[in-house]
Amino acid sequence: MISLTGVLGLGVVFLTIALIIILRMLGKDREKPAFRRIAAFDDLKKSIGLAVENGSRIHVTLGKSSLTQPTNTSALAGLSTLDRIAQISSSSDKPPVATSGDGGLTLLSQDTLRSAYRNVHAPELYDPGRGRLTGITPMSYIAGTLHVTTHEDVSAHVMIGNFGPEIALVAEAAEHAGAFSLAASDSLPAQAALFAVAEKPIIGEELFAAPTYLGASRSHSASLQVQDILRWGVIVVLIGGALLKAMGML
Amino acid sequence: MRAPLSTAIAIAAGGLTLLGLLIPVDPLVAIRTRLVEWVIVLAGVAGLVAIVHLLSVHWRKMTARRNKNFNSAFLLIAFVITFITGITLKPSHPTMQRIVTHIQVPIEASLMGVLAISLTVAAIRLFQKRGGWMSIVFAISAFVFLVIGSGLLSASANIPVLKDVLAAVNALPIAGARGILMGVALGSLTTGLRVLLGSDRPYSG
Repeated sequence: MISLTGVLGLGVVFLTIALIIILRMLGKDREKPAFRRIAAFDDLKKSIGLAVENGSRIHVTLGKSSLTQPTNTSALAGLSTLDRIAQISSSSDKPPVATSGDGGLTLLSQDTLRSAYRNVHAPELYDPGRGRLTGITPMSYIAGTLHVTTHEDVSAHVMIGNFGPEIALVAEAAEHAGAFSLAASDSLPAQAALFAVAEKPIIGEELFAAPTYLGASRSHSASLQVQDILRWGVIVVLIGGALLKAMGML
Repeated sequence: MRAPLSTAIAIAAGGLTLLGLLIPVDPLVAIRTRLVEWVIVLAGVAGLVAIVHLLSVHWRKMTARRNKNFNSAFLLIAFVITFITGITLKPSHPTMQRIVTHIQVPIEASLMGVLAISLTVAAIRLFQKRGGWMSIVFAISAFVFLVIGSGLLSASANIPVLKDVLAAVNALPIAGARGILMGVALGSLTTGLRVLLGSDRPYSG
């Protein structure tokens, strides 16, 4: 039985796909679109540059969400960010290290690192030991990640993925070590905890903008533009719905 | 497996799963169910592979020529003991349960205790670290909802005006959370579709 919700969902999916493809094609011959400044991403770029200069490491942690869970898309954004960071810092003496709390995510982080180094023609930089599972329960994942913050000469921590509030311990350890920390999560408790602890917290959907702000492909810019268009669509629907309800038509 | 074969398989599997979810007709649902079952098995195998990799990383750290990390020995010993106990006695055995309730649970609980203190200190330090109106709003709202959540105002819940004010204030975090989650949902949609279109290929290594 095909439901109205299913049809509407399919409509939104096809509309989004069409918009991504159209905006990507339109953007081919033009300069990349200008997005509003987000200070946290400017600081991240500076930190990557500093890490490359002073020979320290960048740590990207991708959360604990399994590949079979819907919350996994935040980790996919984290993987795209890892890809960009690995490419940008490929001239560093110490390549970035990625940690995660799920086996599938760990294998994807290794694949992402391998693909990033192949794209910059430096496949010899790839070391599978730089994509690690640090624990399979939320707390063991954090405990294992804390070890990386204190023992691996890390100067910048990027936390993008699905976390619990316990991720605050990693942000706190990063601050104690004098390292830069940028944190973004799709989870509300984690966002609240990180707002208080992380140096540069990212709230809400801005986490999905990270790869674009680090200069990822045109499809990333297109999808960010689509996100903005869809947001306006949601605003119109919400206001329209409220007005119709107020007028007794809904 | 190199692109484009891996990309084609990923797009086909993702597309069929999505269609099966949105158009629940029998053939599509059957395909989606089978694909999800395969993914669960694969995710389990990936977990095992990643655990073996975790052990190899700690073995390397422990046996490194320079900067040996002896903490890794504790992890390896604990893993071997837990693994052998789990395999021989099965997870439901009382001894195995005791390992979990007497070692793992207290350690995790103590980490939660540390987290509570860390968050309290961080909340106090927030103004030093990051001024501005967002920090003020954050602190005031945290305080207000702490007072409401503690039940201090429960006695005054029968006063008509205060009751309505409390109900309105209690609705604020729900509205805020929904706003954030809508944004996250839009980001999730475009990120997922980028993978489905083959623009993002985290599996292409």
